[in-house]
Amino acid sequence: MSTHGPVKQVATYGGGPQVAGDNYLNHSRGIASWIFTLDHKRIGVLYLGSILSAFFLGGMFALLVRTELLFPGKTLMDPDRYNQAFTLHGAIMVFLFIIPGIPAALGNVILPLMLGAKDVAFPRLNLASWWLWIIGAAIALSSIIIGAVDTGWTFYTPYSTSTGTAVIAITTGVFVLGFSSIFTGLNFIVTIHKLRPKGMGWFRMPLFVWALYSTAIMQVLATPVLGITLMLLIAERAMGVGIFDPALGGDPTLYQHFFWFYSHPAVYIMIVPAMGVISELMSIYSRKHIFGYRFIAFSSVAIALFSFLVWGHHMFTSMSPLANMLFSALTYSVSIPSAIKIFNWLATMYKGSIRLNAAMLYALAFIFLFTIGGLTGLFLATLAVDIHLHDTYFIVAHFHYVMFGGTVIAFLGGLHHWWPKITGKMYEEKWAALAFWLIFVGFNVTFFTQFVIGSRGMPRRYYDYPERFATGHFISSLGSYVMAVGFFVSLFCFVQSLYRGRTAPANPWGGNSLEWHTQSPPPHNNFDETPLADDPYDFSQWKQASPAAGYVKVGR
Amino acid sequence: MNRIGWSPFSIDAGPASFWLPQRASNLAEGVDWNWNFVLWINVVFFVLVTAVLLWFVWRYRNADAQPSPSHNMPLELTWTIVPTLIVVYMFWQGYVSYLDMATPPENAYEVQALGQKWNWTFTYPNGYVDPNLHVPVDTAVRVTMTSQDVIHSLFVPAFRVKRDVFPGRYTNLWFTAIAEGEFEIFCAEYCGTSHSKMQATVVVHPPGEFEKWLAEASDFLSKMPPAEAGQLLYNQRGCKQCHSIDGATGTGPSFLALYNSMQPLSDGSQVTADENYIHESIVAPMSKLVAGYEPVMPSYKGRLKDQEIGAIIEYMKTLSR
Repeated sequence: MSTHGPVKQVATYGGGPQVAGDNYLNHSRGIASWIFTLDHKRIGVLYLGSILSAFFLGGMFALLVRTELLFPGKTLMDPDRYNQAFTLHGAIMVFLFIIPGIPAALGNVILPLMLGAKDVAFPRLNLASWWLWIIGAAIALSSIIIGAVDTGWTFYTPYSTSTGTAVIAITTGVFVLGFSSIFTGLNFIVTIHKLRPKGMGWFRMPLFVWALYSTAIMQVLATPVLGITLMLLIAERAMGVGIFDPALGGDPTLYQHFFWFYSHPAVYIMIVPAMGVISELMSIYSRKHIFGYRFIAFSSVAIALFSFLVWGHHMFTSMSPLANMLFSALTYSVSIPSAIKIFNWLATMYKGSIRLNAAMLYALAFIFLFTIGGLTGLFLATLAVDIHLHDTYFIVAHFHYVMFGGTVIAFLGGLHHWWPKITGKMYEEKWAALAFWLIFVGFNVTFFTQFVIGSRGMPRRYYDYPERFATGHFISSLGSYVMAVGFFVSLFCFVQSLYRGRTAPANPWGGNSLEWHTQSPPPHNNFDETPLADDPYDFSQWKQASPAAGYVKVGR
Repeated sequence: MNRIGWSPFSIDAGPASFWLPQRASNLAEGVDWNWNFVLWINVVFFVLVTAVLLWFVWRYRNADAQPSPSHNMPLELTWTIVPTLIVVYMFWQGYVSYLDMATPPENAYEVQALGQKWNWTFTYPNGYVDPNLHVPVDTAVRVTMTSQDVIHSLFVPAFRVKRDVFPGRYTNLWFTAIAEGEFEIFCAEYCGTSHSKMQATVVVHPPGEFEKWLAEASDFLSKMPPAEAGQLLYNQRGCKQCHSIDGATGTGPSFLALYNSMQPLSDGSQVTADENYIHESIVAPMSKLVAGYEPVMPSYKGRLKDQEIGAIIEYMKTLSR
């Protein structure tokens, strides 16, 4: 068991610096070899560049929103521009960045490697997925030129069917992006079912794979509903077919039901892969076997299933008491698997050997922030309290703690963790740590403040606000600038690593999942011979040779 | 309504706390009890998770990893079952309080509310219409709401009530104000350009004062000169949100020097803004649209009496001198 392929590779490539062999980055050259590549790793890198561009754009709109809210009254722009800015911030972040974020960028590179496979099951479908993202993004963003949408990212009718802005363009874009997401999900389901290596039963899969599997199920089952909903919206707007508009005999709450039937599972499409990343990071950087593997794996699946039953909690101020009662009760069911994961991650650290590098800082920050995000969800599941908090800044703070404090922080943790594998370069820990602290502090200043103004009654999506909320908004905006500086430091850290970083060894962190059994960056075909999988969280065979050489496998 | 016999949370009408605005309705008690209950559960779990996290990081940082089990069924079942029991209780308490909020008493005083971009109007049983919600203290009030255009949501933070307002259907909310004074009404469902300006006030009158106020306010047309009544209607019935009186550009044409002026229409023709045109524009706004403006004005047919429209025209005349 200890003498199969990977060991030889470690011996060959483990020294890192002196070996400059063929890898997927230099395997072929030219722009066509990238944009028409069938290599899952290159597609992952394309996705990474694409979603980070979207994140930058969405972030700029966020800064515009926060700057407008710096002071009461007009600060920067008129109300219509402000409404467009927050709509674009939300739509870009949700549809272009967070939903594809972890699965399509990190998952694409890492999933086949973790399975010891040469690629995903359907490489062409994978490429099609990225192209659909590009096309969908182009259509959606064309709305900025035609007439930037001012509906909020939820496109609620009848506002969205009566506004003069380019709703059809952006929803068509989102429709296409939905197919991009479905293709990725479908591909991952088949890949995980069919391409696991010898030795990897379902309960030997790394938990990141479990998370991607749960996510893929939701992507495939829920996204078509969004597509249908947006088609109906377009039909109503373009052709006057009465579905949602009461003036045409429709029902606006029907739109909300359809929309959230997708968009609630979508919340878990965003957070479940993040939880998968955290399971990897907590175990590897604690040098400890993950605690309660089966509970974590099953809780991912449980979240995926429950996520389809709780959409009504977005509508407690418009539904009947009976529907509210059912959806409130069902909503609590999602909190339990999330709590289980938190406890299991904490238990994983017990008696470990914790290494506080940048990736682990992000993982610990995830636990801290997601705990706040999850616990504040209890206020919102509680019917009587939600009536007061619905559509206030409390909601804004809550979902940013989950989406940003959860998903984005985990994405950054995963990006630091797998950066050496993806690029073959190490980054400077001190720059990464500086960026982390700026983002972490800036985030909490920005969004914890919003819990307070929200519970005091500040409604969301407000261009202007009463004087008594001015201090809170001011502090929140300052926090967002600190965060922005943090992201630029992080960008600098990664760019510096590409140009100046030392060469990464095959296994810099001592992980045992299969992506660490091949060189960094991996060769075009990932593995010369299919590796044999064993327990991904048993690190006992890996010892650190030196920081430059990383971890090498030793006999037991 | 002390739910658990002994309660650490004192709840009656009262000032704002760190987290919540002042309490001014009977429903605030249930909401705040649940808020406090969830808050303290949250504090316990947050402190627990953070303390363990920091302690483990401090204790095991760069330590030698020691063998310890990677699975412990009793422990894992405990941290599954205990939170489950807590949230079942939390659900039930939240639901019981919510039922109070969702069930207006039979004999509640009825006020009709209409939301439109971007103002509220409240119609009292005698037919009087006001931009603010006036209610008597210590009296159950039921507000039946509908919208003229898109979805709005009526939100009174001090009362802890909120309910979405839809076009083409009625929804309602109720409360008993337990403190006199004025409280903010916000629109909580995004509704476009001036969403954040769609505010009004709940005025809670002392015992006996409400009826006096209503009788006096209802009588304004007979007590004021028409132009003055027109100005009042302009301010109260949703004209001013879109039509300025100083020539500033708005969603609709400014009323300054509008009366009897020539206006270019969207179909290329022209019209004199005389009494007939203004009357028509108020009851059927889409029939002759001034060039350069979106077709967004709601019809006031049946919502403004002819006498009231006449008063508004008289007011517009004063702006054209």
